[in-house]
Amino acid sequence: MPRPALARPLAATGAALSALALTACVPNASADDEAIAVESTADECKVASTEVPSGTVVFDVTNSGDDVTEFYLLASDGLRIISEVENVGPGITRQLVVQVPAGDYLTQCKPGMTGDGIQAAFTVTDSGEDVFSGDDAELLAAAGEQYLLYVRDQIQTLEDKTDAFLAAYTAGDDDEARALYADARVHWERIEPVAESFGDLDPMMDAREADLAEGESWTGWHRIEKNLWPPAEGYDLTSAEREELADKLAADTADLAARVNAEDFAIDAFQVGNGAKELLDEVAAGKITGEEEIWSHTDLWDFQANVDGASVAYGVLHDVVAESDPALVEELDSRFAELEGLLAQHGSVDEGFVLYTELTDDQIVELARAVDALGEPLSRLTAAAVA
Amino acid sequence: MTQDRTDAPAPAPEAGGGTPAPADDAREGSGLSRRTALGAAGAVAGAAALTAGGFAAGRTAASSPQTSAYDFFGAHQSGIVTPQQDRLHFAAFDITTDSTARVVSLLRRWTEAAARLMAGSELGSGAAGGAYAAPPDDTGEALGLPASGLTITVGFGPGLFDERFGLASRRPDQLIDLPQFSGDTLDERFVGGDLCIQACADDPQVAVHAIRNLSRIAFGDAAIRWAQLGFGRTSSTTREQDTPRNFMGFKDGTANLRAEDTALVDRWVWADASDGQDWMAGGSYLVARRIRILAEIWDRTSLQEQEATVGRTKGSGAPLSGGSEFTAPDFAATGRDDAPLIRPDSHVALAHPSAHGGAMMLRRGYNFTDGADELGRLDAGLFFLAYVRDPREQFVPVQNALSSSDVMTVEYLRTTGSALFAVPRGVAPGSALGAEGAYVGQELFA
Repeated sequence: MPRPALARPLAATGAALSALALTACVPNASADDEAIAVESTADECKVASTEVPSGTVVFDVTNSGDDVTEFYLLASDGLRIISEVENVGPGITRQLVVQVPAGDYLTQCKPGMTGDGIQAAFTVTDSGEDVFSGDDAELLAAAGEQYLLYVRDQIQTLEDKTDAFLAAYTAGDDDEARALYADARVHWERIEPVAESFGDLDPMMDAREADLAEGESWTGWHRIEKNLWPPAEGYDLTSAEREELADKLAADTADLAARVNAEDFAIDAFQVGNGAKELLDEVAAGKITGEEEIWSHTDLWDFQANVDGASVAYGVLHDVVAESDPALVEELDSRFAELEGLLAQHGSVDEGFVLYTELTDDQIVELARAVDALGEPLSRLTAAAVA
Repeated sequence: MTQDRTDAPAPAPEAGGGTPAPADDAREGSGLSRRTALGAAGAVAGAAALTAGGFAAGRTAASSPQTSAYDFFGAHQSGIVTPQQDRLHFAAFDITTDSTARVVSLLRRWTEAAARLMAGSELGSGAAGGAYAAPPDDTGEALGLPASGLTITVGFGPGLFDERFGLASRRPDQLIDLPQFSGDTLDERFVGGDLCIQACADDPQVAVHAIRNLSRIAFGDAAIRWAQLGFGRTSSTTREQDTPRNFMGFKDGTANLRAEDTALVDRWVWADASDGQDWMAGGSYLVARRIRILAEIWDRTSLQEQEATVGRTKGSGAPLSGGSEFTAPDFAATGRDDAPLIRPDSHVALAHPSAHGGAMMLRRGYNFTDGADELGRLDAGLFFLAYVRDPREQFVPVQNALSSSDVMTVEYLRTTGSALFAVPRGVAPGSALGAEGAYVGQELFA
């Protein structure tokens, strides 16, 4: 990936969303849904209505106190969280949208984020409307686990293929190295958002020359790429320099594998959904423009790999979303097929692709449009699955 | 701060300068608009005086363009602390002559023309007068339009100090060659320049008219290297102005320096003789960066992620630590699991003066769009303009922090153009203009 990745603390996101995994899914709330005003102060939790019909319920939670607050909709046992908003700073209003079937509930404000908070009864009457409220917690947890298995498998293959690639590279067998380059990178590109989440590894392994500030050292795949596909004479490296680059990339890849295989490494459904979207963002930002593989022009391998990764991420969430938003699933299925079909016109991972430079302008525009057509609905996947 | 209204019967509150005054209605009716000003400075000043109304008006809706005129003359050039207008035409020029005398001549011609344009006057013998067998001196598209708050600001790029003009020893240390920032994807079409002109107005036709005519005047001595049109200011330079939104949909420049903060403006905007080069006293340095927003990708980002990326709420612009738009962000405030409410890699955390020893900039940027790119994606973003006293302290460290760590910059922005200019002081009130007259930057050539 071209950009120096930013450490998006997985832990923080996970904590923020673990509770969401318990909630029912929400089809698109429209701006027309009447919001229930909630005012959280140091000692009060004013909820404008305490009885609403079942369906989509929207709370506008305003923090009128001096401390950070949270707002929960709880099951009548006061324990199970139906949905929540957290980290509402003083003076800030945040919206909570949730699908709620008929029943008795509790609202709760938690100023200062500690203690039992301020609870009150909240009743949802039967509107006769069909409310989706399947218990997705298990499905979503399973999705995260399935996706993690995929990530670990890809990284295993990445290690193997990287070793073979680097062996050819350090042996000075440039033809062989060039032949192995794109195919090895496929396994990096398929799980790119996970690799990127390690903010220290990504720039060392996948920075492009343009990503560097003055004076920064350049290592990783694209450094080697420029050596193997030199833009002009004079880009040769000594075998000692090659050894150094190869050792570094091998060590960083092993480090990545160790972190992903660590027992406490987990991926939740939110990250899976966002990962799918981010993979399409990668295509839209770097691959479709030929910037990623600026020397080797093997962008279509990366392109296909990003789409593969997104497709797997979508796949593990498919059943959950099929229930909460069948129209989205229908659209995503057809958009994925369309993009896959277009890519297949230019090759495959097994058989190889044409180089980016061999694509006509019209073909690039056609691919870009298909990426946008998929990227837009794909950006709604996470909310449909977990929110 | 010296950006006085042309007549200034009543000083604008605090703003020391530049509260626009609407034109006298009679001006249009009596056909005085864009009337051909004969003679030089005196006539220009006279015409300008006619445009003043007398009451201090705040910013009005974009649909009713300002009809005020700003004074060209002053200790500082206009277009810096002047209340930011809604439209921009910016041009960077290559000097195409090797003659210092020609450069001085060009600056004199630009200066005289700028004073006229800002007053709402036609150039030379006008757009529809003059010799019948000759092309008109003024291109004419601003005929009948008021001055529209036009300001013209001239700057000098590093190229003016190369071997051609013997000015190398007078190049300010502050006028550095900007370094390569991580992630810059500069397009050579939008980089550098020996000279620049920033034309701002409340009517785009007036701004474009200014650049068109000034570049026409320059043919043979300087040619446009690149240019940028901007619409919709993305900063406020006075307290009276609302905070506008950029193309990311967020309020931008909430913490900007304002004209009213005179002590801070003196500290962070105006160069001083003690900074190293006498001729730059009262001037400033202009950083220009063409920053494309990857709009399609940003638009697919969840509201939660957008707000976390910026560090503010999208609606009100309040920092995520709480309060309202102008509440100071509290970077120590934490939420669940003691995680900071404002993420350390958010834009507001990384760009905030508190992260840079208090260093501030006077931002004066514009939204731009140049239509669509070859893939049909919106070619739009922020044309970042900022005035600083020392780019080495006030811009480079901030940009380095953003380029390496800011999620917004790294994931959603691409800087495609970049330039730095030294903007000399203004031309003293009462100066005569013309072939032997005063001109912008004359202290450099003295």
